[in-house]
Amino acid sequence: MSGDFRANACVARTAVPVLAIAPFRAAIIEQTRGGALLAALFGVPHESALRLHAVLAQPTAGTLTLLCADVVQEYPALTPECMPAHWFERELWEQWRVLPVGHPWLKPIRFQPARTADAPMPAPIGCTEFFAVAGGETHEVAVGPVHAGIIEPGHFRFQCYGEQVLHLEISLGYQHRGIERAVAGGPTARTIHHMETLAGDTTIGHTLAYVQACEALAECRVPPRAQALRAIALELERLANHTGDIGALAGDIGYLPTAAYCGRIRGDFLNMTALLCGNRFGRGLVRPGGVLFDLDDERRTQLAQRLRQAERDVRVATQLLWTTPSVLARFEGTGTLTRAQCEQLGVVGVAARASGIINDVRGDFPAGWYCQEHVSPASCDTGDVYARAMVRLLEIQHALLFIHCVLAALPKGPITTTCGPRGAARQVVSLVEGWRGMICHVALTDAAGQFAAYKIIDPSFHNWMGLALAMRGQQISDFPLCNKSFNLSYCGHDL
Amino acid sequence: MIRAILTRLQQRYRTLVYPTRTPVLPDRFRGLPRIERARCAADCAACVAVCPVQAITKDTNGIALDLGRCLFCGACETACAYHAVTFTREHRLAAGSRAGLRCTAQELPRVTALQGRMHALFGRSLKLRQVCAGGCNACEADINVLNTVVFDLGRFGIQFVAAPRHADGVLITGPVTANMRGALEKTWQAVPAPKLVIAVGACAISGGPYRDQVETHNGADTILPVDLYIPGCPPHPLTILDGLLQLLGKGGG
Ligand code: SF4
Repeated sequence: MSGDFRANACVARTAVPVLAIAPFRAAIIEQTRGGALLAALFGVPHESALRLHAVLAQPTAGTLTLLCADVVQEYPALTPECMPAHWFERELWEQWRVLPVGHPWLKPIRFQPARTADAPMPAPIGCTEFFAVAGGETHEVAVGPVHAGIIEPGHFRFQCYGEQVLHLEISLGYQHRGIERAVAGGPTARTIHHMETLAGDTTIGHTLAYVQACEALAECRVPPRAQALRAIALELERLANHTGDIGALAGDIGYLPTAAYCGRIRGDFLNMTALLCGNRFGRGLVRPGGVLFDLDDERRTQLAQRLRQAERDVRVATQLLWTTPSVLARFEGTGTLTRAQCEQLGVVGVAARASGIINDVRGDFPAGWYCQEHVSPASCDTGDVYARAMVRLLEIQHALLFIHCVLAALPKGPITTTCGPRGAARQVVSLVEGWRGMICHVALTDAAGQFAAYKIIDPSFHNWMGLALAMRGQQISDFPLCNKSFNLSYCGHDL
Repeated sequence: MIRAILTRLQQRYRTLVYPTRTPVLPDRFRGLPRIERARCAADCAACVAVCPVQAITKDTNGIALDLGRCLFCGACETACAYHAVTFTREHRLAAGSRAGLRCTAQELPRVTALQGRMHALFGRSLKLRQVCAGGCNACEADINVLNTVVFDLGRFGIQFVAAPRHADGVLITGPVTANMRGALEKTWQAVPAPKLVIAVGACAISGGPYRDQVETHNGADTILPVDLYIPGCPPHPLTILDGLLQLLGKGGG
């Protein structure tokens, strides 16, 4: 009934089974209960219907299940029996006006114009009913879209009893700039820049997911040296962000030494990416067919040297944090998300590993240089701010080790090859473990090899609800700390 | 405590001596473009064709590059067989007017420092409210960096504040999405006059990679009067710092 597919491998669109809605639902519900991740669920117009596409990722088997079902106007919602579908179904309804009947909380996630031709304009952003807790002793706190710091816009609505948060609702969409709509029909000269700017802090992660998709569709084999350089760039991105996050966590509880040091060391990692390609975020490095900049011997020596220095600096700065009891007291037991909650919601990445779920695309669905060089997944099991900080620290250590190994055995040869035309009527699911977690891109080509649809799922898409749940029962004053410990992307979500 | 002190010593003094000494940027850094019209072949428009955001135009006078649209991807440099467009390591890119971002040689864009009352008010203390109005968050990331010990923005009298009522101006990133327009306008209205508007990044100047997408507004100056434009995608922290300092009349040579 449902075929087994591989990640980053292209198949004919006709090879994907189209089921009736009942078995489609049953398969998704059963598989997600059995530990599969609902990596994607989206709609593509098909004749007079909307074709739902589901991608289920089986981390243990390293396989994907791809399923389709055609719906018109409405279908019985998955969410009541499969919570990971919650956000996806809201998106489906918002984009295509197809009603998931029985969805418990159906409202826009981005306040974006619907993708159907005759769609009415969306309600002005923020004009919506928020979940409210009644009672004379409770009060409501509204924060955003403009926040206190230099950060992205989003709206948070807290229901509080005194200082205690009973419920948090997160309302996004302020960063919506129409990327998926613009990419469909492409690629054009702009597409690669849309990928590089899906989430600026994940430039390498998202661009890698995109080029992997293009290369699979064109059956292009990327030279080993390019694969190795891409992996180095991806790990540098992880190092910069994880280091910055640990610094920011320290800052949020007022522990300034580590905040100052890690803030600076993060910049050192960004500058290493700039050493490679001229840009601190890796813009211009990754292109279909390979990479545009090589790491000559002199640069390689310099990179290794700078890594060793940064390694020392991070070690000392984080040791200070991890040996200060007042810091640990603030981290431990704050913002806990249990393993069961993560499984129920389909949480991915750092947040999932911090609750003991050892999923990591680099090991489960390896691609590129990760097929050659293994990274051990990090994990912790307390699910609190401490655990999310700890997973980051471990991943910093693993990434440093990984880059040193790649540098020591950097394959010789070209760094790029021609990535030819994309096959017609093909489909590919591309997975990358970005620093936040699983990035999933799904490309469907038309008869000319152009994108009939291009779906992007940033890890944040799966995880925002996790943050909302982690806040339950917490002091509202701990929100910045909890929020930072997830550090989700607004622009990656809003697209 | 002793550990904290030892760590402090280990981490050393890291603040840049700026603007008196300019730090060395990576050799592959793509800064101010150099346009050499004389090299450009009459029948070629390869650079125009590859630019993803139509930043390069060519007319009878030759090619011109709009720094406000440029993503600094270097596609034009690679496409040009005659080396008529090359990117230098010059990080100073800010301009006081939109027209000042048009590049036809290798001229440094100009920022006119605040004068008279504006200078008296803001020259020694400038408080800014940052508004992210779309975009990819890389601009904000490299604005945040100015608050690290490396750049130590506070020593120049510049500070980012939480409340617009405490601010002397807004610093905008992002193309201004349809969904952020209202919040941006409200924030700007809440800043007491006289006030400044600073646009940082290709998005905020021209819409950047999202130019002409219906979900966005093609930049801050389609909504508000902009006093300072800082190009880049994202601009290097030094480019941002230089722009701010020039505005306050504190720029280096
Ligand atoms: S200008 Fe570039 S870096 Fe800045 S927000 Fe826009 S896309 Fe991101």
